[in-house]
Amino acid sequence: MSKNLKVLTNGIIKENPTLVLLLGMCPTLATTTGVINGLGMGISAAVVLVMANIAISLVRKFIPSKIRIASFVVIIAGFVTMVDMLLKAYFPSISASLGIFIPLIVVNCIILARAESFASKNTWAASAMDGLGMGAGFTLALVLLASVREIAGNGSFAGIPLFGDNFSPALVFLLPPGGFIAFGVLLAVINFFRAKKEAKHD
Amino acid sequence: MIKDAVVLSITAILIQNVVLVQFLGICPFLGVSKKVETAFGMGIAVVFVIALSSMITWALQTYVLVPFGLEYLRTIAFILVIATLVQLVEMFLQRFIPGLYAAMGIYLPLITTNCAVLGVALLVVQKEYSFGQTVIYSTSTAIGFLLAIVLFAGVRERLDDARIPRCLRGFPITLISAGFLAMAFLAFNGLKF
Repeated sequence: MSKNLKVLTNGIIKENPTLVLLLGMCPTLATTTGVINGLGMGISAAVVLVMANIAISLVRKFIPSKIRIASFVVIIAGFVTMVDMLLKAYFPSISASLGIFIPLIVVNCIILARAESFASKNTWAASAMDGLGMGAGFTLALVLLASVREIAGNGSFAGIPLFGDNFSPALVFLLPPGGFIAFGVLLAVINFFRAKKEAKHD
Repeated sequence: MIKDAVVLSITAILIQNVVLVQFLGICPFLGVSKKVETAFGMGIAVVFVIALSSMITWALQTYVLVPFGLEYLRTIAFILVIATLVQLVEMFLQRFIPGLYAAMGIYLPLITTNCAVLGVALLVVQKEYSFGQTVIYSTSTAIGFLLAIVLFAGVRERLDDARIPRCLRGFPITLISAGFLAMAFLAFNGLKF
C-alpha cells in the first residue's frame, strides 16, 4: 500500500507532469484564463487519465507491441468521447468555454506518456494510482496558473471579485501573451526555490 | 469571392494565429524551435499534414459521419485518420521522394500528437465550412504555424548568446520570449477589412 501511496504523490510533486515534466502545454496555456475553466480541464483530463491507465494496464498483455501506440490512442479517444458527452449533458457552460480542448485531450502528451511509460508495465491498481496522482498534479498546476492569471487579469478568484470596484486589472494576463509570460515566471519561481533547496543540501 | 478567401486566409495566418493566439501545437512550437532550419522542416511537414488531413476529415464528416448519425465517433475517427495519414505520408515520401523524406522524416511521427492537426480538423467541423473554405482555412492555419515557429526559432538562436539570470534559463525564458512574440501578433487584431 505504501508503494501505491508513493506512486500517487510522485505525480503531484516530484514528477508533476506540467511543472516538472513540462507535458501538456496546450491545455495548460489555453484553459487557464479562469480558475473554474482550469479546474474543469484538470478534472476532465484526470478522469480520462485514470480510466485509460486502468484499461490499458488490463489489456497490456494482449496488445502486440507493434500496434500498441495506435491501440492506446483508440482507448484514450473512447474515454475522451465519454467525458465530452458527460460534460455536454451535465455541465454545458464548462463544456462551451473549454470548446475543442475537451476532444483535444486525446492528443494530450501526458496521457499517452503515462500509458506508454507506466500503465503498459504495471498492474491496474498501481496504474490507477499513477493516473490519480498525475491527474491531481496536472489539476493543481492548472489551478495555480489560472489563479495567477484570473487574479491579475480580472481581479477575481473563481468568478468572485476580490478588490472592489476601483481595481483596474491587467487584462493582458487573460490574453495569450499573458499566458506565456505568467507560466514562464511561475516556472522561474519554482526553479529559484529548487536551486535554493539544492544549495542547502550541499 | 476572392476577397472572402483572402480575408479568411489572412485571419487564419495572422489574426487568429494557431500557436500564438489559439494555443494549438505548443509542444512542437517549443520543442523543435532551437534552430531555424529544423523549425522550417517541422513547419513544412505540418503544413503538408494539416492541409491533407483536414480535407480527408471534412469528407469523412460530410459523407460518412453525418449521413449515418455517427457524429459521436468524430474524435476517434479523426485521430485514426490523422495517425494513418501520417504513416502513409511517411511511407510515400520514403519510397518516392527520398530527398524530402530525409529533410522532414524525423518530424513526421511527431505530428500525430501535434494538437494543431486534430484541432484544425475539429474547428473546421465546428465552423461548418464548405470544402473550399476548408482548404483555404486549413492551409492558411498551417502557414501560420510555419511562420510562428520560424520567427520563434530566430528569436531563440539569439537567446543562446544572451546572458540570462540562472533561474530563468531554459524553459522560463523560452516561454517569456514566446509571450512577447504573442504580444506582437496581438497587434494584428487591429487589421480591418
